[in-house]
Amino acid sequence: MEKKKILKELEQQFAEKIRGTSSDFGDDTLIIDRESLLEVVQFLKQKPYEYSMLLDLTCVDHLGQEPRFEMVYHFLSLSAKHRLRIKVPLSEKNLSIETLTSIWKNANWLEREVYDMFGVRFYGHPDLRRLFMYDGFEGFPLRKDYPLRKRQPRIRLRK
Amino acid sequence: MEGNFILTKLDQIISWGRKYSLFQYPFITACCGMEYMGAVCSHFDLDRFGAGWTRFSPRQADMLLVVGTISQKEAPILRTVYEQMVEPKWVIAFGTCAVSGGIYDNYAVVQGIDRIIPVDVYIPGCPPRPETVLNALIKLQEKIKTQGQEWRWKRRKS
Amino acid sequence: MTTRIQKEARKESLLINMGPSHPAMHGTIRIMLELDGERVLNSEVEVGYLHRGFEKTCEHKTYFNLLPYTDRMNYVSPLINNLGYVMTMEKMLGIEAPEKAQYIRVIMSELSRISDHLTCLAAMAMECGAFTVFLYKIKAREFIWDVIEETTGARMTTSYIRIGGVRADFHPNYEEVLNKAIAETRKVLKDVHGLLDKNKIFLNRTRDIAVITPEAAINYGWTGPCLRSSGVYFDVRKTFPYLVYDQLDFEVPLGERGDNFDRYMVRMKEMEQSLRIIEQAMKKIPKSAAKTVAKGMEAAEAIKASRQKRVEKKIILSPNLEGSEKDKYQDILVKSKKYIVPPKEDTYTSIEGLINHFQFFMREHGIRPPKGEVYFAVEGGNGELGYYIVSDGTEKPYRLHVRAPCFHVMAALEELIQGHYVADVIPTFGSINMIGGEMDR
Repeated sequence: MEKKKILKELEQQFAEKIRGTSSDFGDDTLIIDRESLLEVVQFLKQKPYEYSMLLDLTCVDHLGQEPRFEMVYHFLSLSAKHRLRIKVPLSEKNLSIETLTSIWKNANWLEREVYDMFGVRFYGHPDLRRLFMYDGFEGFPLRKDYPLRKRQPRIRLRK
Repeated sequence: MEGNFILTKLDQIISWGRKYSLFQYPFITACCGMEYMGAVCSHFDLDRFGAGWTRFSPRQADMLLVVGTISQKEAPILRTVYEQMVEPKWVIAFGTCAVSGGIYDNYAVVQGIDRIIPVDVYIPGCPPRPETVLNALIKLQEKIKTQGQEWRWKRRKS
Repeated sequence: MTTRIQKEARKESLLINMGPSHPAMHGTIRIMLELDGERVLNSEVEVGYLHRGFEKTCEHKTYFNLLPYTDRMNYVSPLINNLGYVMTMEKMLGIEAPEKAQYIRVIMSELSRISDHLTCLAAMAMECGAFTVFLYKIKAREFIWDVIEETTGARMTTSYIRIGGVRADFHPNYEEVLNKAIAETRKVLKDVHGLLDKNKIFLNRTRDIAVITPEAAINYGWTGPCLRSSGVYFDVRKTFPYLVYDQLDFEVPLGERGDNFDRYMVRMKEMEQSLRIIEQAMKKIPKSAAKTVAKGMEAAEAIKASRQKRVEKKIILSPNLEGSEKDKYQDILVKSKKYIVPPKEDTYTSIEGLINHFQFFMREHGIRPPKGEVYFAVEGGNGELGYYIVSDGTEKPYRLHVRAPCFHVMAALEELIQGHYVADVIPTFGSINMIGGEMDR
């Protein structure tokens, strides 16, 4: 009961900015637009909800659908013992979103990873560079149109 | 005639000295490192074969143990470490990821370190049991025993 | 390639590179330090040297096939990774393992956690100079791996925990080996407490070094022993209980100051609590029903007897099926036609079994969860290990993402070592327990 409450309260607060909510498999999910991300997130961080921990930040590539990419954020509230998922659809032509680095410090590395793997740009990120792949690597590996075995060796390999 | 006899005996003495005092440089990246720890510690001792001292600098080592997966980002570093070692040097590829890329056949993993450096002994296993590691060390020691000194000068350029 | 620290460094300071090939057993991290004498002014951490493309590879394998890949992520506690993935799939499919399997999972998970903490502290102590502690702890770890090997068949990367239960039941005399492992671990822990707890050298190197406040730790997304050492009470086993943890009685140790020594102490105490959990689970584990205990002829005897007449009695099967004969299936695997590998007795002797077997492994068939996405987290050795799976109804995951706990802990390393000496970097890095396979995936 308490879990559904948070979704209802969010729906009341940001009525027109929310595109959808769901509770499949027991996870509470909220789908919003990219412009309202910072607002919703700051609202969630205050009391009484206190979603004080950014658990995870990732991206899913739905090749062939429009909008193609979808950012997924997971938040955790220690006091309410509840996890919340927020999804933000992004289209390929405008692949950028606000950064959360000013609010949560681990967003720095998480967003660098998403940039490295998918190519999503983050406004206001202090240092947006590749994290896992090396300089000279072209392309974004986790996109669906990057072939699995396309290697770009860093030094000349024998045989 | 006697010249040859002396040289072969000298070869044998030098090989005997080398094979029982290998200084290893473990280039550890991934899961095989845990089995390497198991092979070096008291249960399955590597020290009784003379290879116990782990020199933490490639310039002081003569055996390079490449333990774990080598990714494309790591490849130049492996090459640099290999080139920093002084002759005579031997390389052991520990674990399937070092031998041939292992279960990872994708954009990020080098399919076997023999694409980067020449390898002497390959240890398969994911991860290999410590007994396999000891077996490989004995094989390397036999290889060193039959390796004459002239052979070292004609060593293949890599 | 000029790094950020090369651009930002002052002219008088010294730039030192602690390169990707770490001599200590940490694998592949590059820390670039800007030094003023011995003090660290600024630093930059470069990761990604063990990026093996786990997430992309998993999109090309079926749900059952990608189980070995999950083992190799956090390779010091492999059974917990397995468990995380399998429980996420069970949440998505809506099934639950039988009770005995849950107890077996708890015992295996706690053994992995002890092995993780032993390895982390062994490496940390070795780098501070206490080589004896390293040898003692690896010795204790060998006994634990003996237990795991007797049941699962492999010492480290086991792929033992399967969707719907576990692969095989415990070995017949497992209690003896398990009791020996627990006794040896207790002895080693007592020895190490005596060696390190009040040791002036160790205290000087770890007390009040790399302190982090609870608010900063939560802001960085820390979980697990590192967060608990700052005083924040968050343990996934207590907050979102899974398996049978709510029926077992254990404490969650908390630290006070959030420095290196507290991280060491929290891990030592957690190992003691894990041993308590294992002992309780061993007592509470439900006994198998009488008919699942295999009673039958030995194989060699049966072959000899069958030369005269067809053998009617049951035969105990060959060693690699031990623990997973069909009779034991009701204890260890959920009853389902779609989600588990059918027992070999059925596969080889009946047509329905053969068809089930083929359908499980064929392309286009097999485990096909409903469309949707799910997130589930277990308490890994380092904190909250979460799996996020997006399924599109086919037999391969559309997207599999892992929430690696040590990724978030490492993101704070630059802040932790600022202002300390170069020699302080080593115990700090050791107490964080960075596992390359999990961080870089």
